[in-house]
Amino acid sequence: MSQHEEQHTQHSIGYGRYILIWLGLLAFTGITVTLAGIDLGRWVIITSLVIASIKSILVLNVFMHLKFEDKMFKIFVLVAVATLVIFISLTFFDYAFY
Amino acid sequence: MTSNVPAIEPDYLHAQTNRKGIGAWIFSTDHKRIGILYMVSMLVFFMTAVVLGVLMRLEMLTPGKTIMQPQTYNTFFTLHGIMMIFLFIIPGLPAVFGNFLLPLMIGAKDVFFPRLNLLSWWLFITGGLLALVSLFLPGGPADTGWTFYVPYSIRTTTNVIPALFAAFILGFSSILTGLNFITTIHRMRAPGMTWFKMPLFTWALYSTAWIQILATPVIGITLLLVVVERLFGVGIFDPNLGGDPVLYQHLFWIYSHPAVYIMILPGLGVVSEILPVFARRTIFGYKVIAYSSLAIAFIGSLVWAHHMFTVGMSNTGMFIFSLLTFLVSIPSAIKVFNWIATLYKGSIKIEVPFLFVLSFIFQFSIGGLTGLMLGVLAVNIHVQDTYFVVGHFHYVMFGGTGFGLMAAMHFWFPKMFGKMFKKTPAIIGWLLMTIGFNTLYFPMFILGYLGMPRRYYDYLPQYQSYHIVSTVGSWILFIGILVIFINLLISLKKGMKASANPWGGKTLEWTVASPPPVENFHEIPVVEKGPYDYSEYEIKPELIK
Repeated sequence: MSQHEEQHTQHSIGYGRYILIWLGLLAFTGITVTLAGIDLGRWVIITSLVIASIKSILVLNVFMHLKFEDKMFKIFVLVAVATLVIFISLTFFDYAFY
Repeated sequence: MTSNVPAIEPDYLHAQTNRKGIGAWIFSTDHKRIGILYMVSMLVFFMTAVVLGVLMRLEMLTPGKTIMQPQTYNTFFTLHGIMMIFLFIIPGLPAVFGNFLLPLMIGAKDVFFPRLNLLSWWLFITGGLLALVSLFLPGGPADTGWTFYVPYSIRTTTNVIPALFAAFILGFSSILTGLNFITTIHRMRAPGMTWFKMPLFTWALYSTAWIQILATPVIGITLLLVVVERLFGVGIFDPNLGGDPVLYQHLFWIYSHPAVYIMILPGLGVVSEILPVFARRTIFGYKVIAYSSLAIAFIGSLVWAHHMFTVGMSNTGMFIFSLLTFLVSIPSAIKVFNWIATLYKGSIKIEVPFLFVLSFIFQFSIGGLTGLMLGVLAVNIHVQDTYFVVGHFHYVMFGGTGFGLMAAMHFWFPKMFGKMFKKTPAIIGWLLMTIGFNTLYFPMFILGYLGMPRRYYDYLPQYQSYHIVSTVGSWILFIGILVIFINLLISLKKGMKASANPWGGKTLEWTVASPPPVENFHEIPVVEKGPYDYSEYEIKPELIK
């Protein structure tokens, strides 16, 4: 078995797991849509962002196989995510202080 | 360090490839040829934008109409901005000199993804051509300014959509270049070239590449949202449809302010590269300069809302962004002070690249300090959207990056083409450019302080004397640019043959022949010393006694 094939076998996730995650993503989307109709005040942004973050983590780790990658790639993705968090947080210094 | 000078194999300019004629260039994956492709295409866009700028200045010679109608003036400043920013300064140093030099400087044979590199150039050309095509389509050229501010960019009937798509495609080109550079620096450094043995230009490219990757997608999405809003009437930014125009400005500047650092960081890297060579002295504070590039990239990504102090942001927001703006000046100042310290007690040799670098430091300092003035909330409200801002960013972008590019062109010209340029015309060109530049842009600070708004076609008579001085400056600057380019073009044909290392540089690109062979290095060099080891020029303490 070549190295590539070996890695591929190690990475493989059963279809059952994929479908389960997909259903989970759909469920989170359902929750987001439902919450949009409820007045949660300032919590609306936080809950939406938390749900979106969980969904992103699932997609990155499972569908994009980040879970199985080198530490280097994980750090690079983390830098991108941290940047996004900082961008969003700083933008809220404008919107959240009225 | 192994010498790679005696190269018998053909250089990259004359190497035989499968394709002939122009095909051997536009389908080449050689990083050096791609660098030259960028240089040629970028200079064509640059000269077009320069002509537009000169015509705009001519229009401002007198109040009212001088040579063009108001709508023409609006499209001219839009095109001037789009071309200069997206087609010249952003790709300028990284795509031309980064592509050409990065593998040479780190001892590699090419970038990590050569085909992706070629794709970047093709995307660049596609975006550039789309921007040009948009000028001639029915509807007329975009008249929004390069910022595409909503709600005007949603409502104007001019060709905003093709211009937005052009910027979107150019963004992809930039992202791919950044990705390539980061991977190349991480994976392809020669044995022995640790992070702190890398040339400082490479550090600058590395920092720039991170901004390209992290910030450019934001503008891509934002511009697409404007297209969606124009085409389908979805309320994202237009207040009439329930959208938020200030959100557009946040998203636009989240990219476009870091983009300023995409433009200037490589320029700062060029200065750090050229100064030690002509001061014959090890650069002062190597590590701090390297870290300051990363610090500028990081803090510079967090200051965007200082472009929006008058839109009605929250006071907390204004305070935070003003503070961050002040913080970003620290790493910038660290660089300037270290450069000056490098010159101190150096064995300075005055050559053309060095002269451009001196102009750079002087003008960049003025640009940087006026930037701090703009970061002060109270002053900002007075001079927001006036000529003061135009003066400030031209001092940074042109006085800094533009002059940095000229310095780089003269410094690496012998390496790129294997020819020396004529020194006297180059010095005349530098002098004309420096005088012309300052005559053109310095009056803008006064004009702005006195209240002259930017982008206005007409003005009150009391501003005219400053406008006349500024316009005369544009003529001097234009002549200077022509002298420089004509001299370089003539030198391409008739210049004397350049040696491998005409300036006495210590970085790896100077160890290979001029122009470099296709594969760069006969054998991959092993790096043992830092990039700026000029210890042989230092006076030994025992000699002083």
